[in-house]
Amino acid sequence: MFKKILIANRGEIAVRVLRACHEMGIAAVVVYSDVDRAALHVRQADEAYPIGPAAASESYLNIPKILDVARRSGADAIHPGYGFLSENAKFAQACVDHGVKFIGPSAAAIDAMGSKTRARQAMEKAGVPFVPGTSHGLESSDEARQLAERIGYPVMLKAAAGGGGKGMRLVHAPDQLKSSLEAARSEAQRSFGDSEVYLEKAIVNPRHIEMQVLADEHGNTVYLGERECSLQRRHQKVMEEAPSPIVDPDMRRRMGEVAVRVAEAAAYTNAGTVEFLVDQQKNFYFLEMNTRLQVEHPVTELITGLDLVHLQIRIAAGEKLPFTQDDVRLRGHAMECRIYAEDPDNNYFPSPGRITLLLAPSGPGIRRDSGMYEGWNVPIDYDPLLAKLIAYGTDRDQAIARLRRALSEYFVGGIKTNISLFRRILRDADFRAAKLDTGFLDRMLKRTEDQAVDAQAALVAAIAAGMFAELSSAVGGAANGSRSAPGVGRPASNWKRRGRREAFE
Amino acid sequence: MLYDVTIDGKSYRLDLERTEGRWSCRLEGRELEVDGILARPDVLSLRIGNLAFEVKSERVANQLHVWVGSTRFAAEVRDPRSWRGRTRAGDEQGPKKIVAPMPGKVVRLLVGDGDAVESGTGVAVVEAMKMQNEIKSPKKGTVQKILVMEGAAVNAGDVLAIVE
Repeated sequence: MFKKILIANRGEIAVRVLRACHEMGIAAVVVYSDVDRAALHVRQADEAYPIGPAAASESYLNIPKILDVARRSGADAIHPGYGFLSENAKFAQACVDHGVKFIGPSAAAIDAMGSKTRARQAMEKAGVPFVPGTSHGLESSDEARQLAERIGYPVMLKAAAGGGGKGMRLVHAPDQLKSSLEAARSEAQRSFGDSEVYLEKAIVNPRHIEMQVLADEHGNTVYLGERECSLQRRHQKVMEEAPSPIVDPDMRRRMGEVAVRVAEAAAYTNAGTVEFLVDQQKNFYFLEMNTRLQVEHPVTELITGLDLVHLQIRIAAGEKLPFTQDDVRLRGHAMECRIYAEDPDNNYFPSPGRITLLLAPSGPGIRRDSGMYEGWNVPIDYDPLLAKLIAYGTDRDQAIARLRRALSEYFVGGIKTNISLFRRILRDADFRAAKLDTGFLDRMLKRTEDQAVDAQAALVAAIAAGMFAELSSAVGGAANGSRSAPGVGRPASNWKRRGRREAFE
Repeated sequence: MLYDVTIDGKSYRLDLERTEGRWSCRLEGRELEVDGILARPDVLSLRIGNLAFEVKSERVANQLHVWVGSTRFAAEVRDPRSWRGRTRAGDEQGPKKIVAPMPGKVVRLLVGDGDAVESGTGVAVVEAMKMQNEIKSPKKGTVQKILVMEGAAVNAGDVLAIVE
């Protein structure tokens, strides 16, 4: 087993990996940029090395600097976390070249999954289901018509060179096909200088469901059940749960077996995730493979009873998987909220700054993976993920109830967070009925919520505001700006209340 | 002590006294039996009659928030005696400061001194956490003065410009 692991990351995931190291009796080495000297992962590390300026390209993404720390510290392995260098094949290879173990798949496996077209060719050979359609450009509108008849409407026309929705047309019926194809072609030509357009089945209101896989370096690959990740805002996951409310044991087995085939086709090792789109008839289609530990791995840990980071480390150290597929049992239900430093009342814009007060939930069924602490200054330079709040229950309803209870205990003062968004999601009738798809959250946010004014709470607030003032002045002429004298003597400018009322039901 | 408390724009007259740990409270002339202790800085455990509340206090970008449970209120507390003479109504008409809502970097200025702006006109673009946010004018008027330069680092609450 490794003696010392370098964690090439920051934030909550660095703390997560650091905890696993300490649980396994392994020394944890961390790196930090200039603005992260006071970060939690540095406070808890056994060794900490500065690696330069805030800009990630000059610190957390700088391969020579990180390998230099590995050499100086004598670390025998590197855990990349997620993001940063975690899916960088060059880095994985550089680790090999420098004689330090990369805790993750081989450079070749990362590479194979990094290119969508190459991944698709390899996967088609392995019999992995893709969204039906062509992978080459359409020759004529007749060809498009025949193809659309075969796979069934609605279909989506997509620019081969495309991205960002340009050159895309949703076609519901045959009579729209010809004009849509012409429009898509000319838009593709204008946007990308390439009029090639292909056609595939349109998946209306899909779910995003992913399968966790784990492979050792002795040819054993297992799947650990799925995660439902349909709650997304602008294609970013916001909340995840496991198991998926729509996946039954048979579907789980079929998806799991496909995921294992995907991993095996790429000679994949360590932890990985195979993402699928699922349509309303519960057909699933391969989307891509993420060759790293996922942000949302805790929900899988809670329902399988496994520690994925421990297993990642043991696999990287050359151990065999200590269980077989038949030993994997799912139990209960888990749900995760990604707590971001962002302002729900201002278009979810990042809200860095000093955390003046932190009240953290605990109690039955609650897990918190956090990179923040009271008094810490959230830097402006990185992803705004502060922490993950995860609830476990015997079933989905209990997990929801515990999550709501925990959210009511959670308070982060001094900066804005998206905690109120989760309160709103958790009381949404469709969410509670598990009617989810990737468009759910954007639709929910377009609806304005009834903002019932809680007259009693306003009176309570008025009395409390006075008491805060009275108690702080009683502390004995404390200097102006003392932190327990929030309101007194400093008339705030007239500002409008923007806050959405989030009265607890 | 007599306080003028504004909660979400609504004004309350609050008379609060504490003698030997016992509170007396009169809100809008109505006498209430209350009891409050600071559990820790910024956290008040409040009883009104026998109803119990935990109330949190925070300041974000120079704005005071009071949270009752999970409900946030914008609050302002004044001692009317010490602040007599200060005109409160003036703020709306007079010059208005445009402040940075978060720490970040000014990547672009969208107006210059003397420019006419509408309510909602973008004044500056501030970048934080790799996202750019347009800071808008809260009122129609004229840019009296731009107080920052492009490329400058700003803290939450720093004044970017004044619109008159």
